[in-house]
Amino acid sequence: MQKVYLDNAATTKVSHEVLTEMLPAFNEVFGNPNSLHSFGREALNLVDKARDRVAAGINAERGEIYFTSGGTEANDWALLGLAMANKAKGNHIITSQIEHHSVLESCKRLENLGFEVTYLPVDETGLVDIAELLHCINQKTILVSVMAANNEIGTIQNLKTIAKIAHEKDVIFHTDAVQALGSFKIDVKDLDVDAMSISGHKIHAPKGVGALYVKKGVKIDNLIVGGGQEKGKRGGTLNLASIVGFGKAVETTVRDYTINNKKLKSLRDYFVSRVKEEIEHINVNGHNHQRLPGLASISFNFIEGESLMLLLDMAGVAVSTGSACSSGDLQTSHVLKAIGLAPEVAQGTIRFSFGTNNTKEEIDYVIEVLKKNVAKLRQMSPLKAKRVRK
Amino acid sequence: MYSENVIDRFTNPRNTGMIKGADGVGTVGNPTCGDIMKIYLKVEDETIVDAKFQTFGCAAAISSSDVAIDLIKGKTIEEALKVTNKDVLSELGELPPVKIHCSILAQEGIQAAVEDYRKKQAKKALKNSKK
Repeated sequence: MQKVYLDNAATTKVSHEVLTEMLPAFNEVFGNPNSLHSFGREALNLVDKARDRVAAGINAERGEIYFTSGGTEANDWALLGLAMANKAKGNHIITSQIEHHSVLESCKRLENLGFEVTYLPVDETGLVDIAELLHCINQKTILVSVMAANNEIGTIQNLKTIAKIAHEKDVIFHTDAVQALGSFKIDVKDLDVDAMSISGHKIHAPKGVGALYVKKGVKIDNLIVGGGQEKGKRGGTLNLASIVGFGKAVETTVRDYTINNKKLKSLRDYFVSRVKEEIEHINVNGHNHQRLPGLASISFNFIEGESLMLLLDMAGVAVSTGSACSSGDLQTSHVLKAIGLAPEVAQGTIRFSFGTNNTKEEIDYVIEVLKKNVAKLRQMSPLKAKRVRK
Repeated sequence: MYSENVIDRFTNPRNTGMIKGADGVGTVGNPTCGDIMKIYLKVEDETIVDAKFQTFGCAAAISSSDVAIDLIKGKTIEEALKVTNKDVLSELGELPPVKIHCSILAQEGIQAAVEDYRKKQAKKALKNSKK
């Protein structure tokens, strides 16, 4: 059976270049980067090189990159660490309704600790309401955290505008760029962000590695104490091979992003245009052009997403649902709800996320499988299109 | 995540469709929880001679509906009312804990369809008595 992977927003495979770079860091260079002997120094050299690569990829300084176990850890740390370190100034935090759960759950924790959190609404394309941000930012606000690009619908936020508003009020600005990294040029100086979360496995590095960028001079509490690694902020022996892989992945993703994004966009646009032409009663979610190039969120009306996902899986096609139903949470996706989708439409939403390895032939296959199974489920569904009287 | 039987019922349901002029139709569930189930009954002399379903929902909801129809076909109305979600589960096989509510929805669907049948019968009786 043909197998097609269209879930690159969930995770990507480790690229050959990354793997090649990593292999020696398992058994040739194996010292503890903290050890002072030659074995340790050799390992530290690899960590330094990786840190330089990550820093260069986002136009930061080496000393501003802190390695973490991934995007979730980086987000948790950013929210908790920045809030706690700056609480003398105030207790108000602003984020958006469509953030990743790692940001939203961290905000809930902060609320339990006495912080006040404003969750900014978004419009139907997923763009944060800037007027609302201007309205609610105040003297007590210490942190604004808005994601660079959304993982479910792909909408890219107006980061510069948000950063400017935050900085005019002397408020720290953090962005979760986990899904955005590699999709467009991210220059922390140009965007003027104070802290930024990134992750390896979305850009062909292994799972379990990421980083938090913290601008020099920005105060943040320590995350893991003991060991003294990462300038005492995030203790624990460094995940050498993965960090090496992450460094290489950032370097290659930034190097190749123009050509890769062109390819992703053309695959995505070809797919979306065929779906629009060949399947009735669908809607494409997210912003028309401020959108990640390799992502398409499509709602298939009158059917439920998990069913469609399963049927596609049986035909070898891997996608993910817009709803969090399969993870045991029966609530509709908070992102799809925030952009105003009706519950039954949100339930029928599928995220297709393309990779540079995908081909047009694969897309053709997916379209056929999709048409067949959407029709099959619609035939079983009690929901039907309302006939419009002429 | 799902057993073979669930997948088989989900991919090849035996009882989907609708019955035109059904004697009883029950709709249960709501889109917020992710499932809407519609059950159609054809009844002759208090016996369910045919039944069909239409379901908007996950594999668990679709397979539960399909099994529920098997369980009530050929049964009397009274017998159909005794079908519970446990019967659906014992016929279907295990469902993940978060999906158990789908089997309950099937039970409720049968009850709603029977209720509708009873209402229609009462209306008919009233009409006949007026004639």
